[in-house]
Parts: sequence; structure tokens; C-alpha cells
Amino acid sequence: MVESAPVIGADHALTPTLSRKRKRGDERMIPLLHIPPQALFGQLLLGLINGAFYAMLSLGLAVIFGLLNIINFAHGAQYMLGAFCAWFLLNLAGVGYWPSLVIAPIAVALFGIVLERAFLRWIYRLDHLYGLLLTFGLAIIIEGLFRQQYGSSGQPYSIPPELTGVWNLGFMFLPIYRGWVIAASAVVCFGTWFLIERTRLGAYLRAATENPVLVQAFGINVPRMVTLTYGFGVGLAALAGVLAAPIYQVSPLMGSNIIIVVFAVVVIGGMGSILGSIVSGFALGLVEGLTKVFYPEASSTVIFVVMAIVLLLKPAGLFGRAA
Amino acid sequence: MDSLSTTTAAAPRRSLAPSRGHLLALGLVVLALVAPFLLYPVFLMKALCFALFACAFNLLIGYVGLLSFGHAAFMGGAAYVTAHAAKVWGFPPEAAILLGTAAAAVLGTVFGWLAIRRQGIYFAMVTLALAQMLYFYALQAPFTHGEDGIQAVPRGRLFGLVDLGEPSNLAMYYFVLAMFLIGFFIIYRTIHSPFGQVLKAIRENEPRAISLGYKTEQYKLVAFILSATLAGLAGATKALVFQLASLTDVDWTMSGEVVLMTLVGGLGTVLGPVAGAFIVVTMENYLAQFGSWVTIIQGVIFVLCVLTFRRGVVGEIAHLLQRRAGRKES
Repeated sequence: MVESAPVIGADHALTPTLSRKRKRGDERMIPLLHIPPQALFGQLLLGLINGAFYAMLSLGLAVIFGLLNIINFAHGAQYMLGAFCAWFLLNLAGVGYWPSLVIAPIAVALFGIVLERAFLRWIYRLDHLYGLLLTFGLAIIIEGLFRQQYGSSGQPYSIPPELTGVWNLGFMFLPIYRGWVIAASAVVCFGTWFLIERTRLGAYLRAATENPVLVQAFGINVPRMVTLTYGFGVGLAALAGVLAAPIYQVSPLMGSNIIIVVFAVVVIGGMGSILGSIVSGFALGLVEGLTKVFYPEASSTVIFVVMAIVLLLKPAGLFGRAA
Repeated sequence: MDSLSTTTAAAPRRSLAPSRGHLLALGLVVLALVAPFLLYPVFLMKALCFALFACAFNLLIGYVGLLSFGHAAFMGGAAYVTAHAAKVWGFPPEAAILLGTAAAAVLGTVFGWLAIRRQGIYFAMVTLALAQMLYFYALQAPFTHGEDGIQAVPRGRLFGLVDLGEPSNLAMYYFVLAMFLIGFFIIYRTIHSPFGQVLKAIRENEPRAISLGYKTEQYKLVAFILSATLAGLAGATKALVFQLASLTDVDWTMSGEVVLMTLVGGLGTVLGPVAGAFIVVTMENYLAQFGSWVTIIQGVIFVLCVLTFRRGVVGEIAHLLQRRAGRKES
């Protein structure tokens, strides 16, 4: 890790498991209700960053589900591919962070398009559950291959020099890279929302979601749109992976660790609305961060508990249409 | 539209020759009785535990059309409770298994009560998320011993009479076989009862079942609890067989594995999950030394099954027999 000791929050940059083990040790030092503001803001920042990844991933899932009616179980694996792609580019070709931010998502999106053409397109007419099973199979193949090659441990990916260091905000220290991740993902989320809800292309997409046959009758190539949409969703996951690479280590398991949480986020938000998945992603990240401050033991399960409560009170999800 | 369940193998077989199914069952039971003298008993016990697990899972996916991606929670939860009861509280095996199974039933009631509020893909995601919650609990709770799991669980003496721990493993094998047959019989009777017919009606067309006056929510919940309980029985038995309850039992990959077994054997067929479990366990045995290749090959089988082989082994055979019978008649 490049950033180190004095920065609150930086030492939680390891995997969630490790940081939880640390927290348990620290517990005695943080008396309840006397939480130092530094720790509070540090955890909130960390939560916001997790939320940024939840938002980007659940956004991609929602876009794909809207048009393909498939829950892309391989989304976590594709997020991991994005991170590994950046790592390969750096270590094999010497390509730095900024070009990787563009190249890796495009490369992984092309891979996604190949997957769609080779496998997914055969099962659109079947029960939706087959899509889940197929992409689950693809996910464990991809993850298995990387685990065979790189084991379960992570590969470090350093923060680009332009984004190292911290800003002193007065009430807390903000590592610049973390600020960048939050800003970048907010821009990406807004861009996707704008593209889908406010442009002509997005209008076609929404129309095809409602009634593909009719849209095709108007002369729009719906199968190509389906392919490109899948590629776009996969690219979004890969972009999240590249952004995550310097924060979490690049590891074959990083995808499966996060995807189940993202599924819970999707259940909470409902996949009916783009804005809904963005908002619930960020919000649940914050909830998780807050839980880490007040009751660290529950931080890994709090999102699932929220999901259970939402299921009880509003079974269709907070922003969902009845499913 | 290809519906998720692909066969109705049981009905035509019965109409053709009522004795054929019984003969098949009798043959399989005889085979199971002599098997430990031909094959390694521990392998057979493992396969039987997974076969019961897959049958329990198939009750939901094959007959109600609900894909649970969190069945590892019931298997693993029961395994932990049984292991803890047998090792720490010194329960005899029958009581430990009963307690583990009951724990799975309670867990199934809670999870099912939450999950049946959503359908289809959401149902799968909800069960997966709830199971992951249990995984994190098992990772942190002191009684599960985290990464180590509960090791060296004593098998004990069954009803104080039969020593299940004797080295030839025969007593344990027949005990496992008995557990499997009890579970299998319960599932078989459920499928062929009026209750089972309603489940199939819900699978085919839930709004229609509702319009006929069935409270489908209640039917789904009862099926879910039954499935969870029997998955728990499988997990409880497995904990005694391997004398171990560990995190692998509650991991999401375990949930994926049971889906794979059922898919390979044949969704919605009576014997499919059993065949699938034996195939997958055999494969894992042979590939155990190749590390991650097991997962990779499992993934490949998943993809192949979904794309080309949706009926599964047993479903495919039943389909062939059915076509043959149809040709003879015409």
C-alpha cells in the first residue's frame, strides 16, 4: 500500500475480512457513544467507497436485466476481470492507470460481447432461471481459471502518482484516490442515468425493454442492441474493477465476495429503476460504514438484515415495480 | 417456451406397467445394500448425503419451480448444530441429528417466510443473500470455531447399542442409507400426494392455482420448510460421517454444487438428483488432486447442461423411453 499510517481509513484498505478482524481488536479502545470524529468520518468514507462500487455494479445488473431478462451472475467475475486487465496492462505491457481506465473496460466489454454471442443468446426464450445458471457456470469457470493461475492471494496495484497523498479537509483527512473513486463513480452513474433516461438511444433501449417485438418492427436492430447492452453492462463492471484495483488488492476472489452483497442491494432497491439502484447502492454503503463504527460485528451482515426488513415491509423493493 | 421442469416421468411409467417402478426401486435398494462390499464406504456415504441434499433441493426447483441458491445454509446450519450437540453436549447420534434437523427446519421457516415474498430470479437472490448472512455468522460465532470448524465430532453409539465409530464403517453406512431412504421416501410421498399435485399446479401456473382457491403462499412455505428440513437431515448426517462441520458446508459454492447435481441428474425427476449427486461426487473424487480444475470443470458442465442437456441424465433417459413407448403404441 502506498498510503500509510497517519491516514484514518487507509488501514482498512485490506479485504473486508481483514479489516473486520482488526476492528475487533480495536473495539476496547473505542468507547460507545464517544466515537472520535476521525474514526466516524473515516468509516463513512469507506462506506461511501463501497457504496460507489455497489452502485456501479447494481447499475450494470439492472441495465442488463432490463433488456436481456438475465441476472448476470458473472458480473462479479467481470469486475474481477477488469481489475486483472489493468494489472496485466501494467505488469506485462507497462501501460499505466489512466490508459487502463479506458482500455480495460473496453477489452472486458468485448469479452462480454463474445460471451453473449456464444452462449447467452441461445437461452433468451427459456425460463429466466436458466440465465442465472448459465452465467453462474461462466462465473465459476472464469474465477477458477484465475485461481488456478494466481491462487487466492491478492496482487498489489499501486495508486497512480497524480492521485497519491491526502487532502486535509479540516475535520478529516481524505486520501485523494478515494475522493477520486467517489467522484468518478458518481459521474459514471449520472452519465449512465442520463444516457438511458434522457437520450434517443436510451429511449430505444427503454422501448425495447417494454416490447422488443414492436421496436424491431420499427426497424431497430434489437438483437444488436441486446448484444451492445450486455457489453455496456459488463464494461461498467470492469470499470468498477479498475477503480477498485488500487484500493482492494487484485485477487481472483474479489468478484464473488462483492457480487452477493450487490444481489442484496438489487433486491432492496428493485431493478425497475436506474436511479433506484444508484441511490440504494450508495445508501447501503453508508449504512455498512456506520455499522462498522457502532457495531463492527454486524458490519458484514447488515445489508442482508436490511434486505430482510425491506422484504417484510415493501416486498417489491424500495424503488421496484411489483415483480 | 421450454418450462423449467422437463419431465413427468413418473406418471407414464406407472400407467405402462405398475410394477416396473417398484422393480427399479427394489433393484436399487439391493444394490445399495451390497455396495459397501464393492466400493469404499466413505465415498458411498458422502454420495448418499449429497443425494439426499439434492433430492431435498429438487423438491423446490423441480416441483414448485423455486430456485433456491441458499440451500447450503440448511445443510451447513444443521451440520454445525449436530456437531456441537454431539461433541460439546455429548448427545447420542440420533438426538444430535434430530436437533440439527430441527435447527434446519427453524431456519427454513424464517428464510422461507422472507423469501416467498418474491418470485423467480429475486427468490434466488434473496435465498443466496440470506445464506450468505448465515455464512458470516458462522465465520464469527465462537461455537463454530471459525476457519477450523468443529473437528473430531464423535459418532457415538446409536440408541446406546450400535457403535457407529467402528473402523469398517459398515454400521455407519447402513445408518446413512437408512437416513437417505427415510428422506427419499418422504419426498416421494410428498410429490405423489394431493399436496404435491397442488405444488405442480403452482409451478405451471401460479395465478391459475390462486384463482382455484389455493393459498399458494402457504403451499410454497410448507414445501420450502420441508426441503430445508431434509437438506438439514443430509447435513446433520454428513457431519457425523466426516466428524466435521466446517465453513465449506455453509459456503455459497455448496449451494451452487447442489444446483449442479440436480441439473446434471435432471430437474423435476425423482431419481435425477440421486444420479447427479453420484456423478458429481465421483468426479470430485477423481479430480481432487487438480485443485481449482474441479471448479472449472463444474462450470463447464453447468454451461453445457444449460445449453444442450436441460433434461439431465435421468430426464433424458425417461424422455427416450417415453418416445419409444409412444412409437410402439402408434
